[in-house]
Amino acid sequence: MTDALGRPRSLLLLGGASEIGLAIAQRFVERGTRTVVLAGRNLEAMADPAARLRTAGAEVATVPFDAVDIDAHDADIQGMFEQFDGFSLVVLAFAVLGDQRRFEEEPALAGHAAVINYAGAVSAGLAVARQLRSQGRGRLVVLSSVAGQRPRRDNFVYGSAKAGLDAFSIGLSEALRGSGADVLLVRPGFVRTRMTAHLPDGPFAVSAKDVAVAVERALDRGATVIWVPGFLRWAFVVLRLLPQPLFRLLRR
Amino acid sequence: MPGDASRLVTHRELLTGWGRTSPSACDVATPTNAGEVCLALQTVRPRGTIARGLGRSYGDAAQSGGGLVLDCTGITGIGPIDPQTGSVTVAGGVSLDDLARAVLPQGWFIPVSPGTRFVTIGGAIAADVHGKNHHVDGSFCRHVTSLTLVIPGGKTLQITPEGDPELFWATAGGMGLTGVVVEATLRLIPVESRYILVDTERTADLDETMSLMAEGDARYRYSVAWIDLGSRRAGGRGVLTRGNHAPLDALPEHWRVDALDHRPRTRITAPPWAPSWLVNMLSVRAFNELWFRKAPRERRAEPQSIEAFFYPLDSIACWNRVYGKRGFVQYQCVVPFGAEHTLRSIAFDLAAGPVPPALTVLKRFGEASPGHLSFPMPGWTLAVDLPAARGRDLDALLDDCDRRVADAGGRVYLAKDGRMHASMVSTMYPRLNEWREIVHRVDPDGRLASDLDRRLDLTGRQSERMPA
Repeated sequence: MTDALGRPRSLLLLGGASEIGLAIAQRFVERGTRTVVLAGRNLEAMADPAARLRTAGAEVATVPFDAVDIDAHDADIQGMFEQFDGFSLVVLAFAVLGDQRRFEEEPALAGHAAVINYAGAVSAGLAVARQLRSQGRGRLVVLSSVAGQRPRRDNFVYGSAKAGLDAFSIGLSEALRGSGADVLLVRPGFVRTRMTAHLPDGPFAVSAKDVAVAVERALDRGATVIWVPGFLRWAFVVLRLLPQPLFRLLRR
Repeated sequence: MPGDASRLVTHRELLTGWGRTSPSACDVATPTNAGEVCLALQTVRPRGTIARGLGRSYGDAAQSGGGLVLDCTGITGIGPIDPQTGSVTVAGGVSLDDLARAVLPQGWFIPVSPGTRFVTIGGAIAADVHGKNHHVDGSFCRHVTSLTLVIPGGKTLQITPEGDPELFWATAGGMGLTGVVVEATLRLIPVESRYILVDTERTADLDETMSLMAEGDARYRYSVAWIDLGSRRAGGRGVLTRGNHAPLDALPEHWRVDALDHRPRTRITAPPWAPSWLVNMLSVRAFNELWFRKAPRERRAEPQSIEAFFYPLDSIACWNRVYGKRGFVQYQCVVPFGAEHTLRSIAFDLAAGPVPPALTVLKRFGEASPGHLSFPMPGWTLAVDLPAARGRDLDALLDDCDRRVADAGGRVYLAKDGRMHASMVSTMYPRLNEWREIVHRVDPDGRLASDLDRRLDLTGRQSERMPA
């Protein structure tokens, strides 16, 4: 469990190959987290990251978990909590960005992406919350995105799912009040990862490590919502109010 | 219906230790007798059950997130004192405060007093607490002649150090993981008054404090030093207070009439809204300066009341609130004689560390007790209160202190700890495996569990889970 100085004893990463998720795990392993469980669909993709975390000093296990298999989420997650005697920190990191233009050609593809980014995150988030509630403590980190703050023509399928996830997390945070568990909602801007490698850098781009550092600091101070970089919070106060014709002009 | 303990649960509550760090939500039951404790321990719960007294352990010893916490303060009752031996049988939920109020007027006192009188008998045994007389009298459980333990499954055992030394000493300092102490018989010590004749000396630095203690402690039953680590310039100067129980004829005439009239009071209550920045470098330095100057340079045989001498912090109710909502940790370690340099370097590294050491106490320990996980061992113990600042600096510093303590053959006090890493425990407590075997025998199903146990893997159940 999280110790008196806020160090998590064990960490579960849902989306075990997520670069941001792994960067968060790396930070905490450096700080003394000893058990890390990587849960994801592609066990092979998690082998190298697992090895890296082991080198950093953690005991690491990889377990199969499919974000799309909503029916299995509750049982799967309960199984992980039972097998590893609970987790102090759970990071909900799975997501797909997809290609907006292709989504418009193949609507079914967009629907599947929305299942991973929203529906899957909802059932996994609630399944985790159930476990945290029953263990009386623990923290859930949800990776949202600024893309959910105001829909843009270039990525509104992804953005709309993140908007839903963002609202869901705020509600979940309220639902967990007094349970001993809490939620940290993270709203990164453009993050340079494999997922965005094919895109030119967005404005104020950050690295996965930057997000991880911000998450660590936010958990230390007990924040409930953070933006990365931090000033995006204020940028979006303005961006949200901007009339649509003006907002449209701000391409990226 | 046998095994149905759920009716005992009164509410779910966020519990923390005295340091007010790492809360977890626990189901709380308030048993008022041994029968109800038996009932609670008949059930196997996925997150375990643990006893709690007055919540004075600093870390996570008396909580079990998602599990059942037995608030034992309702298990009360103090038997008659045997006038020959001073032996008295006391229920597990009785506090040392209640006990002293009951026995002092009859000319008896508690054999070992920790720094607060608000601990229960059960808690004092589970942590095998020590006091200012450790160098002479040893730890609390040395004075316990028998205890009644409800073990997992619900059986009640009467155990003595002679009859069942294994389970007795696994329970003494066993952090509540062998069972629930519902009753204990201990030997009180006879006293003539409620006063201690105290010698106070100010010291220039840590070395002087330590040499004065090494040379003179044997003359006193009680001895402790307060150390100023508020600034590097202070150099670990201190105030050494040592004393013995005052015989009646050592007191001024008009004090003798009510010399056993023990009625300690708490004067003020710390407010719940203290901000986390209240305890900072400046305030700590100022407080320490004041405390140092308040003490007389040297004073001999000053009569001080038991509550002023043993429990100065108890005069402020909820003093733990002054650290604000982040709470605080107490780092208490012991290093064997001969490792003084380790102690000194730890003290000064904490003084130069990322957070100000608000309150520091130094004490010499005598013989260790036979308890497997009992903390005291012959050597020096240092206890430092630190604001629980989040972030890597304090983590790293205290981890480093752990390693130095372990390398020196010392250990960290489990009842104070809230942050140590599991890998340190077997080095610090070399008899851990022996203790585990006893625990696995009395609790094969793991009915007892606490957050402390899960964090430090005391019972060894975590390491069985992780796949290779």
